[in-house]
Parts: sequence; structure tokens; C-alpha cells
Amino acid sequence: MSRYMLVMRDSAEAYEASQQVDFTEIIAAMGAYNEALEAAGVLVASEGLSDPSETVVIDFSSADPVATDGPYGEVHELFNGFWVIETATKEEAVAWGKRCPLGPGSKLEVRRFGDASDLELDND
Amino acid sequence: MTHQDTASTAGIARTVDAVWRIEGAKVVATVARMTGDLALAEDLAQEAVAEALEQWPTTGVPRNAAAWLTAVAKRRAIDAFRRRERLDARHEAIARDLDESAEDVWEPIADDGLRLLFTACHPVLSREAQVALTLRVVAGLSSDEIARLFLVPTSTMQQRIVRAKRTLTEARVPFEVPDHTEWAARLQSVLKVVYLVFTEGYSATSGEQWVRRELADEALRLGRLVSALVPHEPEARALVALMEIQSSRFAARVDAAGNPVLLGDQDRRRWDRNAVARGRAALAEVDRLGRGRGPYALQAAIAECHAIAPSVDETDWEQIVVLYEALGRLAPNPVVDLNRAVAVSMARSAAEALEIVDGLVARGELAGSHLVPSVRGELLARMERTQEARGELLTAASLARNERERAVLEAKAAGLS
Repeated sequence: MSRYMLVMRDSAEAYEASQQVDFTEIIAAMGAYNEALEAAGVLVASEGLSDPSETVVIDFSSADPVATDGPYGEVHELFNGFWVIETATKEEAVAWGKRCPLGPGSKLEVRRFGDASDLELDND
Repeated sequence: MTHQDTASTAGIARTVDAVWRIEGAKVVATVARMTGDLALAEDLAQEAVAEALEQWPTTGVPRNAAAWLTAVAKRRAIDAFRRRERLDARHEAIARDLDESAEDVWEPIADDGLRLLFTACHPVLSREAQVALTLRVVAGLSSDEIARLFLVPTSTMQQRIVRAKRTLTEARVPFEVPDHTEWAARLQSVLKVVYLVFTEGYSATSGEQWVRRELADEALRLGRLVSALVPHEPEARALVALMEIQSSRFAARVDAAGNPVLLGDQDRRRWDRNAVARGRAALAEVDRLGRGRGPYALQAAIAECHAIAPSVDETDWEQIVVLYEALGRLAPNPVVDLNRAVAVSMARSAAEALEIVDGLVARGELAGSHLVPSVRGELLARMERTQEARGELLTAASLARNERERAVLEAKAAGLS
């Protein structure tokens, strides 16, 4: 069993499209998706992030970290939320990802969590 | 279709496995509700999977794979009934349903899921059979995967599942949720199956490894699934809390060589704080349900005491003693008494704890288990009765079935001076 993060990335196109859809519809579809994940016993955590205009980016390039308002660089895709799921295989994680009720312009990145087996460290 | 979906037959097999893990229970439950027979439904669903493996490499994976599998299984059901010349009104109804089965499958399935769970854990089955069937039909594992988890040959596990299905058919077990007179006992049975899978993973009774994480992870997933099916049952939620908190210690429970590291010696920085937090949140939900704490909730509360303590010495052992006393009253059990004795030895004195253990010995409880001599040995060592302690630890080592555990006990005995 491995843990995967489904990272939600939305483009401006997805944001525009979401403005056209009834917000309660989106909430209901996401609610049903979360319930399905929960009912299957695979959901570990999920969170949505607030409006990107509130973002602060901290850059470590200079000696002292520099904090700047607004999202990072010239972003075309914004990280807007995530799910953490625990599944038997990558294929199963991908199958769950495909069921996410997202539309054109949205992408979902499926990332496996690193675990002890990835580290060649002594366990003592 | 993406490249990945159609890349190879092996790719298709993995995709079918994934679909089965997600949808298998739903497919079996839907067919079982229509045929009234879980064993038959499982056979038919397997035939549908075999057909998927044949067809999907050329046709691609259907958009609604669960509906496809269900439709195929239902069609097979009708063929089977026709062969038996038993096509009555009910079976004609199944035939009519076929046309509608390609519809969306996001509809609630809680009742079907419950029927499936309770039937797989039906008391007519042995505990071993309940475990096998639950992992097969509820958790969607293949016989091969279950066999690997329990370290038995695949053929053994297949036979176990076949026999379990035959038992259900012969006993004419209906595909139903128990009524209120049976509910509590039947739910207990379900939870016991889940916890049994977990404990076998958490401290394996046999084999070379002491901890088998995959098995415990399956149990946790199954526990979450069960809890979602019966959201108002505090003990189902409590079991999730217990398993989450216990599983937080996995990384610290074995050393690099695979030897068990006992609670007192564990590096607590290696405990998974997220798992602890999830477990504590689940326990808080149990309390919010306002129906008191049952045996699993009390065990979760004990696990919580350890999880939040910075060290053995800073653990609230008095609280743990109280929780074990409550647990012993609710569900009398010699293992609970033994654990209470350990807590008493920490909270008060080894001598007081030894009285509890000697009481167990006098009543002949846990005879033949390595647990009693192992705890007695520890207590005697702390009381500096070294000679007796060594004897007890060696007795414990000779009784331990897990090789790793035996080695630890032998080392302990050798270390006494």
C-alpha cells in the first residue's frame, strides 16, 4: 500500500470555466467524490487552498529569504488543493484521480509519497 | 485512451486490478442483491473480470468499467439460470435491468455494501473463512494477494475461499443486513475480522517478520471502509482510531535487522505524528457520538496515552491502569489483565503487578502462551529475583512462535546478571 498525493492544478481557463458553473454544483460533485474516496477507505486527507491572490512566496535565493506577495513567477497553473489517498497500486491511484470531477484546463498530478523504502538509511 | 492504458496486456491486467479494487465490492454486491446469492455473484463477477482481461486490450477500458463488469456478470447470471431452467419472474426482472445497467454508478451503495460485509462475516463461517472472504469480496484483493499476506500457498487460499462460498450457499445464508436483534453481535464479528487482520500485521504470530505492514495497512483501509458504512457506530470509528494510533509506531517497532523494539525502547521521534493526529481525531468523533466508550475506544484511549507521552517515565500510567480496569470490566480477558499488570508495575510497583500475574497463573489462564512468563520474567528482573527471572524469560522464549520475538526474549535472559 502506498500513499499518493493528487495535486490539483488549475489554469486560467479552468478558473474562467468554474465561474460559469453553479458553485453549489461544484461543491456537490466534489462532496460526492470525497464521499466515494471515504467510503472506499482510501482517503487519508484532503484540503482546498484559498484564492491565489492571498499567496505569499518566499524566495531563498539570496542570503536572507525574501517574501513577495502573489503566486510564484509567471504561473499558468495554480496549485489549488490536494487529496492524500492510500492505494494498493499506482494504477488504482490513477483510476481514482480520473474520477475527480474537474473540467477543461484542470490537471491532477499523481505523486507517490516517499517512504522508508526510498531511503537507504539505517533504521536504528 | 492514453498510452498507459493500452500499453500492454500486463498494463491492462494492472488496470483491471485497480478497477476491481475500487469497484469489485460494488459489482459483487449489485449482482448478489439480484441473485440473492453471494457465492454465485462472486463467481459471476470473476467471469466478468476474465472477460475484461480478454476484451479490454482490443476495445480499451470502458468509460464506466464497473457498469460494464456488472452487466457482463448479470448476463452470465441469466445464462446460468436458463441452463438450470429456472427462469422465473425474478430472473426475468434481472434481464430487464440489463438494459439500464450502463447508467452512472455513483449512486449510493451503502446498503449493498453492508449486505456484502455482513454476509462475508456471517457466523456460519469460521473466523479464518470470514477473513479470507472479507478481503476477497469487500476489500477486493485477489486470492493470490491474500495468500501472500497470510504466507500460505495461493491454492490453499483459493480452496479456503471456495469452501467459504460453498458454506454460505449450503447454509442458504440470505444476502441481507442483520435485523436489530442480531445487529450488535454481527457488527462485533465484522470488527473482529478487521482487527484480526491488523494485529496479525502489527505483531505477526508466525513467520520470519515480526511486523507485516501491508497486512496492517489493508486492515486500516478496511476499517475506514466499515466505519464509513456504519457512521453512527462508535466502535467502528474507535477501531479506526486504535489502528491509526498503533500504526503510528510501525517505523519504530523494528530495528535495522528486523528485530522487535518494544515500546519502552522505541525512538519516539520516529512515530508518525500524522497517524496519531488522525487516530486522536477519530477517537474524538467517537466521544462526540455520545454513547460512551466500548472496548475498542478504551484500547484506543490507552494507545493515545502512549502516543502523547514524551517518554516511558512521563507516561500517565495511572490513567492507563484506570483504562485497563474499565476494559477488563467491559470485556473480561486475561490478556487485558496482563497488560493491566504491566501498567500497575509502572504506576506503582513490580510487586503489586506480580500479584495480578500470579492470580492469572493460579487460575490457569493463558497457559501455554509466552506472554505470562515473559511479563513475569520482566517483573522478577525488576525485583532483582534474577535467577527466577531468567528461568521465566527462557520459558517464554521456548513458547514464542515468532522467531524474532523469541530472539529478543533469549537476549533478555542472557543479559540478566
